[in-house]
Amino acid sequence: MKTIKVLGSGCKNCETTANLIRIAAEQAGVAITLEKVTDMAEIMSYGVMSTPGVVVDGKLVHAGGLPGPDQIREWIDG
Amino acid sequence: MFDVLANLIVYGLLGLTPGSAPADALHFFVMDTAKIFALLVIIIYVMGLLRALLSPERVREYVRGKPRWLARTLAIVLGAVTPFCSCSSVPLFIGFVEAGIPLGVTFSFLIASPMINEVAAVILVGILGWKLAALYVAAGLTVAWVGGVVMERFRPERWVEAYVWQIHMGQMQLPEPDRSLAGRHRFAVAEVREIVGRIWKWVVAGIAVGALFHGYVPEAWVAEHLAGDAWYSVPAAVLLGIPLYSNATGVIPIAEAMLGKGVAIGTTLALMMSIAALSLPEMLILRKVIRWPALALYASVLAVAFTLVGWLFNAFA
Repeated sequence: MKTIKVLGSGCKNCETTANLIRIAAEQAGVAITLEKVTDMAEIMSYGVMSTPGVVVDGKLVHAGGLPGPDQIREWIDG
Repeated sequence: MFDVLANLIVYGLLGLTPGSAPADALHFFVMDTAKIFALLVIIIYVMGLLRALLSPERVREYVRGKPRWLARTLAIVLGAVTPFCSCSSVPLFIGFVEAGIPLGVTFSFLIASPMINEVAAVILVGILGWKLAALYVAAGLTVAWVGGVVMERFRPERWVEAYVWQIHMGQMQLPEPDRSLAGRHRFAVAEVREIVGRIWKWVVAGIAVGALFHGYVPEAWVAEHLAGDAWYSVPAAVLLGIPLYSNATGVIPIAEAMLGKGVAIGTTLALMMSIAALSLPEMLILRKVIRWPALALYASVLAVAFTLVGWLFNAFA
């Protein structure tokens, strides 16, 4: 099962990103573990300064701004 | 073109009488909304297409390890061209500290960034002309430079929260961006959506305030209190701007309305800068990394700087 982490300390875009991923996974029928990381030290350990960041299975795939729908699909399917 | 559109809607469609206060206000509102949003979308799209919008991570790489004067110059220039979201200011602050960038340089960046960005600069030229745009940008850059230097004198290191020094940043490894035209287009559209989605409320609020000022504030009252002779109008404008917040684009229609009614240029600039760069929500976000004395100092340094800029322009304009 894929583990997707959304990095961000409670900003609105971070919430939205997590929701978009959850909905996309449900629609695709893919089971994922979605985790919201709010601890600043852990966020920064990925080298991210612009939130939201997205980490798929330990690998950073996105930083800053809302991700596009095709990007999200790629993370879930790929 | 925008004028024709506004005439059509306000006088034609709604049948308001030209010259009456509601008609004037509404005309201003329709025209500025159409013009500013058209400019916003076009500019951000073009910037996105050129991938000219820098991320804070890239800024950090450019600034780290440079001699102080160069670091400050880069921080201010890059701060001015990075329309970063204020929700990123905490990780940004920590990231700069972690890279060994001097605090004074970080403050210069934090001052320049909300006050100036290339999108607002182009809109400023479009609405108020290049002269005023140049004055605003020059004043903003100067305040960012001097503000950071002054902050440094107070040794703000002692007010940084202890945990900030302990964080270690990892190396960011993002996949290479898609450089094809289609990829650039997708990125540009996403940027437009992201930035316009974030700032449209501030812009509409700014236009509404500008429209009300344009329609309802009598010129005689402005001439008496805000035309530049009264010394207190500049500090009053700065104080008024602290609790108010809008982004750099949102303050432009307010300035447009004020200048149109004859408010002195220094007073207008001081209010613009105070609204864009000095804001309570922003300060409360920074409280996560620095303690109250540093925040109070930050606010005071900026308030004094904006007041001096205002007086200077009022005296020589």
